[in-house]
Amino acid sequence: MIELPALGWQSIVIFVVFALSLLIATYCTYAERVIAAFLQDRVGPDRAGPYGLLQPLADAVKMFTKEEFFPGGANKVLFVVGPCLAMITALMSSAVIPFGNTMSFGNNLFFLQGIEVNIGMLWIFGVVSLGVYGVMIGGWASNNKFSLLGAVRAASQNISYELAMGMSLIAVLMISGTLSLREITLQQSVAGEWQVWNIVKQPLGFIIFLVCAFAETNRTPFDLPECETELVGGYHTEYSSMKLGLYLFSEYVNIFVVSAVMSVLYFGGFNFPFQYELRDWFINSQGWELASAQNLITLLGTVGLFLKIFAFIFFFMWIRWTLPRFRYDQLMRLGWTILIPLAVFNIVLTGALILFGVI
Amino acid sequence: MQLTNRAKVLEKKPMTLAERAYLPAIFQGLSITMRHFFMKKATVRYPEEVRPFSGFFRGLHVLKRDEQGRERCTACGLCAVACPAEAITMVAGERKKGEEGLYREEKYAISYEINMLRCIFCGLCEEACPKAAIYLQPDKMAPPRYERDEFVYGKDRLVESVSPDERSVKGIQLTSEQADKLRSRIVQA
Repeated sequence: MIELPALGWQSIVIFVVFALSLLIATYCTYAERVIAAFLQDRVGPDRAGPYGLLQPLADAVKMFTKEEFFPGGANKVLFVVGPCLAMITALMSSAVIPFGNTMSFGNNLFFLQGIEVNIGMLWIFGVVSLGVYGVMIGGWASNNKFSLLGAVRAASQNISYELAMGMSLIAVLMISGTLSLREITLQQSVAGEWQVWNIVKQPLGFIIFLVCAFAETNRTPFDLPECETELVGGYHTEYSSMKLGLYLFSEYVNIFVVSAVMSVLYFGGFNFPFQYELRDWFINSQGWELASAQNLITLLGTVGLFLKIFAFIFFFMWIRWTLPRFRYDQLMRLGWTILIPLAVFNIVLTGALILFGVI
Repeated sequence: MQLTNRAKVLEKKPMTLAERAYLPAIFQGLSITMRHFFMKKATVRYPEEVRPFSGFFRGLHVLKRDEQGRERCTACGLCAVACPAEAITMVAGERKKGEEGLYREEKYAISYEINMLRCIFCGLCEEACPKAAIYLQPDKMAPPRYERDEFVYGKDRLVESVSPDERSVKGIQLTSEQADKLRSRIVQA
């Protein structure tokens, strides 16, 4: 067996996670178009490859071969840094998400997770809020009023909704008592009671988190930073070629990450119903060893987590093709006068329920 | 000022809690879009799937031959006169001796051109023709082309084939029985 250096397998996992999130983001562009088409009684892209599955490839070729355009008076360095930053921060946040439980080969234990840190949730929040810099810098460096307006909108929107998002999260942290995403997941896997997922304990918090997630990822109905009807293209008005591609892409990576976070926090992460019963069935009826049965359950759990993530991604797209865009003052009013008080109320409620021993 | 007494006085009700919470309305909208997700799609995947033409669709013109394979057109010019778009031009000529198998009448069209960019496919030429020579086929359209002059169709592209197997009745391909019947009649003549 090859002796991997310290953190060797973690770097492999991180590499796989990066590749996976890029692949999923690629196919999100395809899924978006197909789902949009289906919701509008059309069939969507079906020319490139079987069922149009090569469409993302064709889009990428198109993006790469387009003219690399720099607007006059733009700050060239920041103009390039903007999309890079947006992409990097979007990818970085997926490193701490636990994509599966442990796999054991002999005496080696593998965590299906990039980095296990006890501040996983803080890491995600820190990195995601860095993401607004990519938008902000890109919009400012374009030397275009529409871009700047879009960037300012993005910044104020993200800051406003991060508050409510953070506060809805505090309620989860009060229940779990840890910031580690793996611990939060494991707490939701009590043997025999798979229904203890946090969504049961935190329905209000989940709704607040969901709404804020839409705002954080600049998705409809909160896609005001790139609202075509008012701002041409918003912060990416001046962008062309793959720089535009990176912006569009980072949005999908963000959706993937935020879906993963929601699955982990509220929907039990890699746990799935009757996992212990299934493991025991494999051991008792099929005569498997504990380690291999556990490995199988881990793999199934990873599949389950991805199913949850895909369901959320579908939900994001479903919402996008259902709801119109909010007006900017409505957005701000919703954020500051409804969601934040609700989040505070949720914290108080959770505290009271913990105090009286209900949850 | 009141012009009619049909105006209704609307009472502006305050929104209920459910309306102010947005969420019930959002779920209603989501259910509507989800219903459309499973509906039959309206798209026709064109090159693989062709929508049927109506039986009296007026498409690309054809200059017909008679049962003995002779050109019916006698270059009377009535079609050109009838044409509202002035798309048809022709040059008439006299049939020489020995050409009786080619042209039915003593006068025939040396050249016959239709400009498909001018043509509006109204079918008035078809109605005007006393010799039943020009027809608008119900199953063929003038295809897109790159050059303007390619849209001017001459006799090379308008006159239908001599061979009965490639002949058609008003643009619809003859069945093999119809073609055999026609062939026997040509041989008799």
